[in-house]
Formats: sequence, C-alpha cells, structure tokens
Amino acid sequence: MLYRENGQFKTSYADDQQIFPIAQDRWLIIGLLVFAFIGVPLLVDEYLFRAILIPFLILSLAALGVNILVGFCGQITLGAGAFMAVGAYAAYNFHIRVDGMPLLVSFLLGGLTSALVGIFFGIPSLRVRGLYLAVATLAAQFFTDWVFLRVPWFTDNASSGSVSVSNLHILSWEIASPLDKYLFCLALLTVFALAAKNMTRCAVGRQWMAIRDMDVAAEVIGIRPMFAKLSAFAVSSFYVGIAGALWGFIHLASWEPAAFSVDRSFQLLFMVIIGGLGSVMGSFFGAAFIVILPIALNQFLPALGGLFGMTISTAGISHAELIIFGALIIFFLIKEPHGIARLWSTGKEKLRLWPFPH
Amino acid sequence: MKPRKLARAGIFAGAFLASLASASTALAQAKEQFFPVLVYRTGAYAPNGSQWANGYVDYLKLSNAKGGINGVRISFEECETAYATDRGVECYERLKGKNGGATVFQPLSTGVTFALTEKAPVDKIPLITAGYGRSESQNGAVFTWNFPLLGTYWVGADVAIQHIAKKEGGFGKLKGKKIALVYHDSPYGKEPIPVLQELGKTHGFEVQLLPVAHPGVEQKATWLQIRQQKPDYVLLWGWGVMNSTSLREAQSTGYPREKMIGVWWAGAEPDVKDVAEGAKGYSALTLQHGAEPNSKVVKDMLEQVYAKGQGTGPKDEVGQVLYMRGLLSAMLAVEGVRKAQERYGKGKVMSGEQVRWGLENLNLDQKTLDAMGFAGVMRPVQTSCLDHMGSSWVRVHTWNGKKWEFTSDWYQADEKTLRPMVMLASSKYAEEKKLKPRTPEECKK
Repeated sequence: MLYRENGQFKTSYADDQQIFPIAQDRWLIIGLLVFAFIGVPLLVDEYLFRAILIPFLILSLAALGVNILVGFCGQITLGAGAFMAVGAYAAYNFHIRVDGMPLLVSFLLGGLTSALVGIFFGIPSLRVRGLYLAVATLAAQFFTDWVFLRVPWFTDNASSGSVSVSNLHILSWEIASPLDKYLFCLALLTVFALAAKNMTRCAVGRQWMAIRDMDVAAEVIGIRPMFAKLSAFAVSSFYVGIAGALWGFIHLASWEPAAFSVDRSFQLLFMVIIGGLGSVMGSFFGAAFIVILPIALNQFLPALGGLFGMTISTAGISHAELIIFGALIIFFLIKEPHGIARLWSTGKEKLRLWPFPH
Repeated sequence: MKPRKLARAGIFAGAFLASLASASTALAQAKEQFFPVLVYRTGAYAPNGSQWANGYVDYLKLSNAKGGINGVRISFEECETAYATDRGVECYERLKGKNGGATVFQPLSTGVTFALTEKAPVDKIPLITAGYGRSESQNGAVFTWNFPLLGTYWVGADVAIQHIAKKEGGFGKLKGKKIALVYHDSPYGKEPIPVLQELGKTHGFEVQLLPVAHPGVEQKATWLQIRQQKPDYVLLWGWGVMNSTSLREAQSTGYPREKMIGVWWAGAEPDVKDVAEGAKGYSALTLQHGAEPNSKVVKDMLEQVYAKGQGTGPKDEVGQVLYMRGLLSAMLAVEGVRKAQERYGKGKVMSGEQVRWGLENLNLDQKTLDAMGFAGVMRPVQTSCLDHMGSSWVRVHTWNGKKWEFTSDWYQADEKTLRPMVMLASSKYAEEKKLKPRTPEECKK
C-alpha cells in the first residue's frame, strides 16, 4: 500500500536508470542520510560513537571494497586485511614523512598504494580461480604481516613496532571528538558508497559481473579479462586501503600489524558472504552483523541472566557470545544463502503487494 | 501462537526487561568507587589472564570486606577483551563512563595499552600498567596518565643481563657471548629489544632476535635456529601458551633450561606446570613477588573472602604468581585512591584526575606494606610526578620441578643506561604529539 510505484511515470531514460527508480526508496535513503548526518549526532552518546558506529562505518567501507572484488567480480580474496594494512601504513608514512601533508591526501595516497599492491597480488587471478586464488591472496596477507613486523622503516623505527598518529585535521577542522570522527567517516563512506553503486551500474561494473558469471563467455563477447580482473582488484584494494587508514588513524589512533591480521581478512570475507555477495546494501548488513552483534550479545546476555537472578561469568558470556554468533551465521546461511541483502529485497517485494497479496 | 511468533514475542519481552534491569542496577551503584576490570578469560592467553583477573577482583572484594577505602565501597565490572586490541578499546569505551566514571584502567595487554595511551589523556583516566606497557611511559612529565608501576620491560631486560653477568662472573665476561631473545611478536615482545641492543654494544655481546608469531604454539623453526647457533643464554619473552611451548621445545632440542631466563610474564605456574620436570632449572625474573601462599594478605584473602564462598577463582590458585600479580595491581590502584582521599577528602568518591594525583604521590613504606599483609611480597614504592614507575626491584626465581623458589638477591635497574633511553624515547613521543612536558613547577599544583 505504502510501497508501491503506481502513478510514478518515467518519461525519460534518465528517470528509468537512476539509482533508486522508486520514489519511496529514494526518500528512504535521503531520510536515512539526513538522519545519519543530523539525527544521530543529536541522539547518540560517546560510547555508541566510539565503540559501535565508527567501527561499523569503517568496516562497512572495507566490506564494500571486498564485495566489489568477491561479490561483483567473483574473485575470492583472503587478503583484505593485508590491503587494510597497506592502506594504513602507507597513509601513516605519507602523513609523517611529508611535512604538512593534508590528511585527506595521505588517505588517498594510502588508498592508491594499496591499489597498486592489490594489482600486483591480483596478477595470479589471471591464471588461477576460486579456492586456488584465495590461497594466492593469502600470500598477500602473510607478506604484509611480515613486512610491517620486520622492516622498521615502515613503522618509523618504533621500538615496539606500534605506530600512532594524533592532531588530525582537515584545513581548520580538528578531528578530535567522537562526533567529528563519526562525521568524517560517514562523509567518506557516503561518497565512496555512491561511487561504488555507480561503478557497479556502468560499463566497468558490467564487465566485472560478466567475468564473475562466466569468464570464458565474457572473453568471447569482447571483455578483456585482464583489465576487468585487475581493475576490480585495484578498486577493491583502494576501498579497503582507505578503510585501513581510517581504522588506524581514526578508530585506533595507535596500532600494530596485529590489527590487520588474517582474522580481519576472514572477518571481512564473512561480512560480504553473510551480508550478500554482489550487493552494495549487503556490505552494510554484513558489517552490522559482524561488528555490532557480538558486542550487543556481550552486553545483552548478562542483563538477561540478571533477569533470572543468574550471574554469568565473564568467560561464560564470551563463550555464549561465540556460540550464539556461530549459530546465527549458520542459521542465516541455511535460511538465505544469498545473504541478508536478499532477505531485504524479498521483504521489499512482499511489501509491494502488502496488504493484498494474491 | 505459532512457534515463530512466540519466539519473536519472547525476544522483544526479553529486550525490554533487560533494559529495565540494567537501568535499575545503575541506580543502585551510585556513590561507589568504580573499578573497571579488563580481563581475558577466553582465548589463547586465558590460562594466564584469568589468574591475574581472579587476583585483581579478589583484592577488590577483600578491600570491601575490610570496609572499603575509608568507607567508600568499591564496585567493579569485568569486560572480556580476549587480548584483542579492538575489543579492549570497546571495553574501555563501554566502562569508562559507567557508575559515575572509571577510577583507573589496567588492560594487561601492551597492545591495548598503546591504544589507550592515546585515549586516557582525553578522558582523564589514569592507566596503571604494572610490569608491562610502554617502557618510556615512566617519564611522568610526558606520559601524564600512564603508570608502569614497579617495573617496565626495559628494567626487565637490564636486570636479565645483570643476572647473566653475575652468573658469568662480571660484565667483562659477557664479551663475545651470544644471547638470544625468543619473543612474542607483538609490541610486548619487542619492547626489550632496544635495551638489549644498547647493552650488547656496551658489553660486547651479540643479541639474536627470534620472533615467535601469535599465539606461539609453532616454534619448531625458532628452536632449530637455537640448536644451530647455540646461544649462551636464551631470554624468553613469551605469554600464555607460548611459554610452555618454548620450554617443551627446549627440552626436545636439549637446550639447557638453566641457561634460559624468562621475563616475569613467563615465570608463573601455568607456564611450567605441564612441563613439570622438563622445566626444572628454568628461571624467570619476578616483579618483586613470586608465589606467595604464606603471605599475610593471602591468608586474609582465604579467611575473609574464600571462607565465605565469595572467591572468584579456584582456591588452590590463590597465592600463585599471576594471582599475586593481579592482587598487587589492584592493591596499587586502591592505594592510589586512598592517597587521593588524603588530599581531596576522606570517604569521598574520587574522580580519575584525583586518583592520578594519588598515584603520582604514592608512598608505600615498609611499615604500611607490612600492615596490609605484604611483608615479604613487595618492597616500598614511592612515585613522583616525574617518575611514574616508583621502584625497579627484581628478583629471580627458579622452577625446581614442583614450585618456584627464589634463587637470587635483589637487583635494581641500572638508571645510568635506562634513564637516557627513557628521556630520548619520551621526548620523541612528545615531539610527535606536540605535547609540552610538564615542568617541576606544574607538578606541585
């Protein structure tokens, strides 16, 4: 009833091809953005900003990057953590070694460095596929772990191998308070998500999807696999690299290579699988699921136990958190193998007919 | 109702009631000194982390049983970090504002300490890192909120070399020796490297660096290198399962355990008890105390907490090395609050800033320590605005196959070597952060 496009006539191709052809969708997204930029800062306290929203935004960006590669181009990667690390450390080095380097420029350079490294580690994708490629990208993970642990130059010869940044500012805007950090991440994410959505809808995105669906057929109709695959690696690594720089600079402020370990790569891959492969929306769902759910469980369980007069030990809560989290992953994968994004679109389909399904 | 609807209703009802419950507990806990407790009772480092956590929480309980801090009761809440930096940061954010504000944080992880060092000054909450953390943070002029009380890794590295020199018969005998450092490949394990290299240059011994990746169960290659290169001594800078793995590997490669010296985080019961006889002769530094089952504070603990069934952990672990470390860490924090109350009002709840003053002016002499039941456990400690470490006493204890026994006299870190390094590293930090170090005048305020 509410969600129906009756009466919305499209009189031009531009109307028909916009990102959200249905007016309700458009308003929903605009409303969501207005809420995120204006409503959230008014409502939310520091804990939610620092511990939930900022990590969620940053990992959404990373998941978006991984989704471009895995979901849209079909190249499985286990090296996302590595590209985050490259982005973070490259941005760090540009930031401290070049005097007066603007923050955004060092982020972009970090992303570009990560894209270059991504292209390099994407070369095997021209010859190997599927699980074998996953193993090849795992090499990127171990390589960067090794580089940032062993080569002191990258960490500015810090004795403990931990680097830190502070006094971040863009022109005269000091990014210090949680609100500033949140807005900064949100602004970057909005720009990059919009770019990603458009990229997947234009020629290059179609090439990626053609390669994903059947690379031999794609090649026969004239798509260059080398360009398509390597561009996917480059764009994906760029996104992931920017996310890495944000994770280091904005979220942690002081980090060591363990922040971008192989666990992080797995986490990002799970995000896109659970969220929905080949869906921009899915990246956000996946990030929310993986970032927020464990923390929510961790806080919800003791309260639930308290209700029945039980005190659950800290270890017990942690174990329960892992058990429930794992069970939910399995549940979602069985219930909807195409991810939460598919549930979302099924929901929308149903809503179109509501309340009179035939 | 259909099962699905029932489940949904259940979830909503649960969530609603849970929010009510958490609101009411928050009200009940006003007017108490709140101690957040960052612990890891799960994950690869749980066997060591949970002992420390038990000691920490038990001491807070004991303080309450003795009437609180001048009548102010202590409330506390645990948060599980699993030794992961990002979860540690989340726990910090979760607990820092709870129940009237956190008193002090003790993350028991060098990685988390590094991350919190950036956050604590903003939130004005002191950070106690007794026996770990950033070594240069003992310079209170720059690191206003960090307190690496009783010792840092640089102290540990320096004392380990002193101990080796003593065994060899003087620093002159170190020339040409090879000393290998088997370390956990993280900020924790890397901390001692600069000091060892500096001392190596001074005394002419060679330092071999052998990193072990987290969590430390894969050390075959490391010990193969040791077998080939035959270092004269092996320093073990491990944590959790890495320590016992190292000892097992040493046993199987036949490296003499008498030539192995661990840092104080590699010298507790969980590290050696599974290896038992195989670890015989292995020594480790101690952060003053060893296993202290006969000390008065442990007896008090058993009487006033465990006898009432309020103990946090198993009774037979009370008094073990890491338990004592946690207990000591909690004691230092509690005494910091007590000291702060002397200035800002007895019987009042102290803010983080006031507790910092207390920690900066901590002065526990032997009489006070004896009265609290710490006779024989630790030596006096006195901090100042510029010295946030307080003291650097270290002893060495050796595993005899059944228990830890002290086998050395007291050592103290060599200030001549360490002080310049601390000043250099902390001024580099101040420069990076554009901080102005506090002057002695500012300290008096």
